[in-house]
Amino acid sequence: MSGQTRSLTDRTVDWPGWEQWARAILMQDYNTRVVVAGTTLLGLAAGLVGSFTLLRRRALLGDALSHATLPGIGLAYVLVTALGGNGKSLPVLLLGAAVSGLVGMGAILLIRNTSRLKEDAALGIVLSVFFGIGVAILGVAQQTGGHAAGLEGFIYGKAASLRAGDAWLIGGVSLGCLLLSAAYFKELKLVCFDEAFAGSRGYPVFWLDVLLMGLVVLVTIIGLQSVGLILMIALLVIPPAAARFWTADMMKMAWLSALSGAVCCLVGASLSAVFPRLPSGAVIVLVAAVMFLTSMFAGSQRGILARRVRRIRLERSIDREHLLRGLYEILESRTTDGPPGPQEAVLERSLLEVRSWSAKRLKQVIRRCEREGLVVERGGREVVMTRSGFREAARLVHQHRLWELYLLEYADTAAARVDRQADTIEHAIEPEIVAELERLLAQRQNVEGVPLSPHPVGLDVMDRPDDFRRGGEAS
Amino acid sequence: MIVAGLTWNWYLDGWIVVAGMLCAVAAALPGNFLVLRRTSMLGDAISHAVLPGLAAAFLITGSRNSLPMFAGAVMTGILTALLTEWIRRSGKVDEGASMGVVFTTLFALGLVMIVQSADHVDLDPGCVLYGAIEFITLDMVNLGSVEVPRVVLVLGGVLLLNLVFVIGCWKELKISSFDPALATSTGFSARIMHYLLMVIVAVTAVASFEAVGNILVVAMFVVPPATACLLTDRLGKMVLLSTVFAMAAAVLGHLSAITVPGWLGYSRSTTTAGMMAAVAGLFFAGALLFAPRYGVITRSIRHRLLALAILREDILAWLFRSEERGQALPVTRVALHQALLADPLSLRLALFWQTRVTRRVHSQAAGYRLTDSGRETARRLVRSHRLWEQYLVEKAELPAERIHDKAEILEHITDRQMRDRLDQATSAEETDPHGRPIPPEFRPAGKDRPS
Repeated sequence: MSGQTRSLTDRTVDWPGWEQWARAILMQDYNTRVVVAGTTLLGLAAGLVGSFTLLRRRALLGDALSHATLPGIGLAYVLVTALGGNGKSLPVLLLGAAVSGLVGMGAILLIRNTSRLKEDAALGIVLSVFFGIGVAILGVAQQTGGHAAGLEGFIYGKAASLRAGDAWLIGGVSLGCLLLSAAYFKELKLVCFDEAFAGSRGYPVFWLDVLLMGLVVLVTIIGLQSVGLILMIALLVIPPAAARFWTADMMKMAWLSALSGAVCCLVGASLSAVFPRLPSGAVIVLVAAVMFLTSMFAGSQRGILARRVRRIRLERSIDREHLLRGLYEILESRTTDGPPGPQEAVLERSLLEVRSWSAKRLKQVIRRCEREGLVVERGGREVVMTRSGFREAARLVHQHRLWELYLLEYADTAAARVDRQADTIEHAIEPEIVAELERLLAQRQNVEGVPLSPHPVGLDVMDRPDDFRRGGEAS
Repeated sequence: MIVAGLTWNWYLDGWIVVAGMLCAVAAALPGNFLVLRRTSMLGDAISHAVLPGLAAAFLITGSRNSLPMFAGAVMTGILTALLTEWIRRSGKVDEGASMGVVFTTLFALGLVMIVQSADHVDLDPGCVLYGAIEFITLDMVNLGSVEVPRVVLVLGGVLLLNLVFVIGCWKELKISSFDPALATSTGFSARIMHYLLMVIVAVTAVASFEAVGNILVVAMFVVPPATACLLTDRLGKMVLLSTVFAMAAAVLGHLSAITVPGWLGYSRSTTTAGMMAAVAGLFFAGALLFAPRYGVITRSIRHRLLALAILREDILAWLFRSEERGQALPVTRVALHQALLADPLSLRLALFWQTRVTRRVHSQAAGYRLTDSGRETARRLVRSHRLWEQYLVEKAELPAERIHDKAEILEHITDRQMRDRLDQATSAEETDPHGRPIPPEFRPAGKDRPS
């Protein structure tokens, strides 16, 4: 911040003293207790329900439905005021919000199920049109004499103004959501992952959708009134999205999402109790965002780091297999009959000609294989396989050629192309598949298990693609 | 808040409608591609996410000057799109979810910044962020000899920009919206098109928030294009239609904002932007229900008509078969009802049509029987049915117990030529696989009426 800005913003945050921290953490204030308890329960319920909507690819459902409540609020106010009642009584407004949220839900389902527009368009249309209608109704409601001015702010409340009654209400709704999603867990899970399959198994997909959306409407309306629009959307989206980075198991994800939603609210609400000038909703969202970023990088299942590590590991094992197979094939090209012997050294230069590796990369690969005891480097320019390295190389070449033969025999692949195709799959072949291929191709008579290559192997393969006999003769 | 009365004032309302139309068309143009790319919620996301940009601009310049504010908001708008794309790509998170994470976080950040910096300065988001279309004539600019609201100039500029963008990058936008991989392989990056579109959306959104409020532009990004999408399969037509709907929604929206409260007994008009969104929603509902090809109701009517046409033919075929079996004639409606499993109303309608309009069925006190022309039609239907059965067994080698249902479907869409070809293909058998005679194409002399 520049100096000029400081002069404008003269009141910066005072760093709270020890007592303030203690008061907040031990929840000595009645108000703090209510706010923390209420938002935590809400975070729990929203995280749980949100994990279903996230997997259903409707993460912004809460956004659309919370905007869709506005016309109901306006209408409820206008009607009750016209009937002589108190238009601003909470149950009336909540009822109106619920009704119009349900109508919005119906509209989303109608658009999605009957037209070719997709999820996102359905959400966008319902959100903007309902909100527009709501604003228009509020524009009229302001003329009804009563004080309608605060209506919007009244329903899109602030967490700091939570009362004990609200906390109880949130608790009840959370419990209801928990029970309902536990009771229909299997069905909801199936609908989230594979709608068509669920339908074909006779599950009522439409009604499960209604159930799910009903849960969202319920949580949203309770949350809107007590913590506000943006926080509500964030609680429905961020914890499930963060939990997804950690697990691939739906049950675990739902729990994790509910728990992390609760923890974010707990931490955020406590923090804003310590820094009373910060809006508590915004603090909770920021805490959740930090948690999301952390999960995105560090998540054990789909986190960026975890995926990168897995990828590097795979690349290394592929490199190792390529090195060993290259060595074997070069040795094989030197002998004219039978399988090659293991003890011969191979020049690194000739390896470079077989593999499209840079010299530096080859050195790295050799280094790693040396550490695993598969090869030994001699004099900085030759490589010799160890006994275990040779056994591994024979196994790899065996797999590679089996797959090539399979492609030639059963997939009608051209001989010139099988090498590349086998290259991509060989690293993923499991022992059972090797056994199956052996049985299929009746190659058992070859005891060491290395069948001849169905295409030329060696240094000038590309020059003579029509020679499909032995690589040794080709070179 | 709303000061306009219920009467039309050319000066005031004229400019409001012009501004509304400019904003609606400017938003609908790029909105088409948002809908096609399934990122319809972006307008809404940006409308929440611009807050930290405004706050930052205010913190840096210390004033509420509109140009830095505009720049800050546009930058956060673009940032929203970039961050969404980044999380979607590198975290493999669903588009909607990454959008949700980004805009709620940015909004919260903005809220904290505003509270920290300016709670004694008037920087209420609802007030600074969002202009109101009703107040545009308060800020006029001299343009030569005429006075024009500043907002109209701004929105006109945005509309021009969007027009140039959409027309200039038409081919690229089209290909990259439908097939990003093809776009990249033909030599321009689909990703760059995506980001360009995002920049256009951010500029449009922010300019419109500031000018006429967020409700209008968020609705116009999605609703007119979605409406147009239900009416046509061509992209060019879709874009044109969407602009037409956008303009119509703007005009009718303002008109109804003025007139509708009057019908309900209120003395002043309501929010114009809200009514414009509502009218756009009305158009959408109309298209959803009544679009010629994809409408819910049109489709169900077509379905009904087809079902009735099939039922009419089924009645003929059934009467023919009962004549053939030599059952007690005529057939009662109850018997038809049991045989054809049709609901009573449809059956009545179909019978009415066949007895009164086409006169293929003769109605008697005891029931129904075929007339001569009806028998002619029925014979062809039954011929089609049995030829198909024969064909399915002989050529498609289906088991005999599965052919009836297929033939039941095919018989309704088989014409004379098809029957002849089937006849040739099945080596002109006399009977079908169930052993029933295949009737000839033409009436054999004197042999028609079974005795």
